[in-house]
Amino acid sequence: MPLKIKQDHSRFREIIRGRIKENLRKYIQKGEMIGKKGKDLITIPVPSIDIPHFRYGHKEQGGVGQGDGAPGTVLAPGAVEGDGKGKAGQGEGQHSLEVDLSLDELADILGEELALPRIQSKGKKNLTTPKVKYTGVHTTGPESLRHFKRTYKQALKRSIATGTYNPRVPIVVPVREDKRYRSWRLTELPQSNAVVIYMMDVSGSMGDEQKEIVRIESFWIDTWLRANYKGLETRYIIHDAVAREVDRETFFHTRESGGTMISSAYKLCKEIMDADYDSGSWNIYPFHFSDGDNWSADDTRTCITLLKGEVLPKVNQFAYGQVESPYGSGQFIKDLRESFDGVENVALSEIANKDAIYNSIKDFLGKGS
Amino acid sequence: MNENKDTRLPPHLRDIQREIEGYAREFGLDFYETIFEVLGYDEINMVAAYGGFPNRYPHWRFGMEYEQLSKGYEYGLSKIYEMVINNNPSYAYLLESNMDVDQKLVMAHVYGHVDFFKNNFSFQHTNRKMMDEMANHATRLRRIIDRVGIEPVEAFIDRCFSLENLINQHAPHFPPKSREEETEKPIEVRGFRTDREYMSHFINPKEFLDAERKKLEDARDAKKKFPEKPERDVLLFLIENAPLERWEADVLSVVREEAYYFAPQAQTKIANEGWASYWHSTIMTTRALKDAEIIDYADHHSGTMGTRPGAINPYKLGIELWRHIEDRWNKGRFGKEYDECDDLRARRAWDRKLGLGRQKIFEVRKHYNDVTFIDEFLTADFAAEQKLFVYGFNEKANRWEILDREFQKVKKKLLQQLTNFGQPIIEVVDGNFENRGELLLAHRHDGVDLRIDYAKDTLVNLQAMWRRPVGIVTRVDGKGVLMRYDGRDHTDRKVEL
Repeated sequence: MPLKIKQDHSRFREIIRGRIKENLRKYIQKGEMIGKKGKDLITIPVPSIDIPHFRYGHKEQGGVGQGDGAPGTVLAPGAVEGDGKGKAGQGEGQHSLEVDLSLDELADILGEELALPRIQSKGKKNLTTPKVKYTGVHTTGPESLRHFKRTYKQALKRSIATGTYNPRVPIVVPVREDKRYRSWRLTELPQSNAVVIYMMDVSGSMGDEQKEIVRIESFWIDTWLRANYKGLETRYIIHDAVAREVDRETFFHTRESGGTMISSAYKLCKEIMDADYDSGSWNIYPFHFSDGDNWSADDTRTCITLLKGEVLPKVNQFAYGQVESPYGSGQFIKDLRESFDGVENVALSEIANKDAIYNSIKDFLGKGS
Repeated sequence: MNENKDTRLPPHLRDIQREIEGYAREFGLDFYETIFEVLGYDEINMVAAYGGFPNRYPHWRFGMEYEQLSKGYEYGLSKIYEMVINNNPSYAYLLESNMDVDQKLVMAHVYGHVDFFKNNFSFQHTNRKMMDEMANHATRLRRIIDRVGIEPVEAFIDRCFSLENLINQHAPHFPPKSREEETEKPIEVRGFRTDREYMSHFINPKEFLDAERKKLEDARDAKKKFPEKPERDVLLFLIENAPLERWEADVLSVVREEAYYFAPQAQTKIANEGWASYWHSTIMTTRALKDAEIIDYADHHSGTMGTRPGAINPYKLGIELWRHIEDRWNKGRFGKEYDECDDLRARRAWDRKLGLGRQKIFEVRKHYNDVTFIDEFLTADFAAEQKLFVYGFNEKANRWEILDREFQKVKKKLLQQLTNFGQPIIEVVDGNFENRGELLLAHRHDGVDLRIDYAKDTLVNLQAMWRRPVGIVTRVDGKGVLMRYDGRDHTDRKVEL
């Protein structure tokens, strides 16, 4: 029989997760308990809700303690209790380690929060990759796979048994029969490789705020996809009038100026896909973020042709997020909507501000494809 | 709790209980019948989250306590050894997985608590059938929830909790004021002066006199303050005077009653825990311990008594203070002669062999709460011996530091922490402020400012109950301020104090 208090507990959890009673949200405190795990101190987050009371200002208050030390001695952080909540551990100067949520837990919460379906790789269910697994030891095999320890043991046993072993000169020479080799088996593992290709418009009209939105959103997308796929690769493309591939750091921090030709990014995306990611063995997720202000209608047409002909047939889902910017016309998403209305593996989303990220993630990942 | 499970003591624990109870009686402890039950860790966490009771009304706050307790247990940081309820008969819970030596220790500790509950004056007016009362409260609130819905009730309970500390902790010791006794003398109306007795009927007819009296009485009533004297029991004032729905008043009175039930436990934390620890230590070390159990006992006892720099451990401070008192009265280290002796050597060797220690501590456990306990018995010698200090926050360095070890300062700070259980003293001063039906509270400032953001949010909750604008007079950085909330906006106004 479940405990009665579980109801109260799950209600509390829901408040903490912001699902109900949003008026209490601002009173949520990030408390922590400090414990010891081996040498390290670990902190365990214990959120709590502190209902406001008439009470004394905390830091002015101080208190009475017990122990050694002359006036002026600093009390170790965590030694002063907040309000009788968190409990401190002993010892100081040790490394503290945060046992916060793992990314998996985070992804779980995200999935739960946004009611995201688990991703199913469409049409690729029977797809497998052979995987080499070392399963045993054999008496024959290539020298490169020789099992040194086992071979040595075998040789040692033999030399002791035949009386040739001299403890003072412990030289053991293996012969053919002593040799042992690792043996392997090929197992077929279900395909779980995925690649995310992020494309971002870095033309003059994309400001810091817009990039911040892209960064937050891509973090969550990463987290979710990583929880669903074992091997996740990410590639980054930035573009203004021309596109180039960059590393993660550059992706988020570049600010270029100049015009925008989205087709350049899509072209590069296609090239990357052709070169490295065979659509037969990869789940491919291109995400493109822009403020929707393309150079010309011609270029937009090129984009659509590219998507239709080259990109869409190969990818699991193509996602386009349009960040609202004071400069952009925001025309691009309308054009895409016109051309791809009802197309299954295209997800379009408009992101007005940071608060809209939630819904936009839902737009992108809610289909579960 | 799991109703199907047998929570009674297994036979070997029954034997232990009988043994310990015998020792407790032998030492003169005087307790209610105590019923022990054995619970698993999640059940004991639940009971603890419910404040010691097996049954409470639904509210997320208990779930929050539960989460903290169970996380602490799961990560091996903390463990609840014992739990005891002030009730007659008293209920105490043992943790199933504890070793027998722990159970012994806990039982001895529990008998200390129950003796304290029964005899200490602070608990004199607490409801000794609180177990039933809590269950009744739970039923009452569940019914209200069935009728009104969980959302509004929970939101209202949240508000109640926000004001929960605004009770008068001394109130239980005064008889409730009866309204009839307070009837005032009628006002004597003389009317116009007249020398001729026979004319008075005509000069001052009865109707005229009555009208005149009415006028004067109205004037007096108008001048009268409401409440007449500042009211510390803000919750009672709200129940009686705020325009609450009936169910709201009902919920508020439940919260208030429970706050009063728990208040004495907060007022006697040091004395009570110290007393129980004194007895578990006495019973265990002089009677109950077997040789094989000594190491485990010592380990767990010292774990309970551990101190850390930033906080007072009530168990430690309490037990040491009780021992200190016992020692002083055993050796006769009190009274004029001892106090006036300034020969350090003589003081150190002072021993009149009075042997009054036991008797004295039993007397003290009857008549003292934490404030009076510390005030009377925390001596300079004791503070030095226990290495007590005052700490404070160094704004410049952004860290907590030890400030002082001077006895007077330590004691003053400690008493300040304990007075009104560390809560600011707040009272209703006017229920018809500026003759506009606004509610005015006053904070009796004692050197420490209120936390402003919390105060503002609390005003919001208060306003939701009072419906008219509410305000509180306090002092911020030495200047008088009236913080006011009218249901839409917060305003601050300077006031002279």
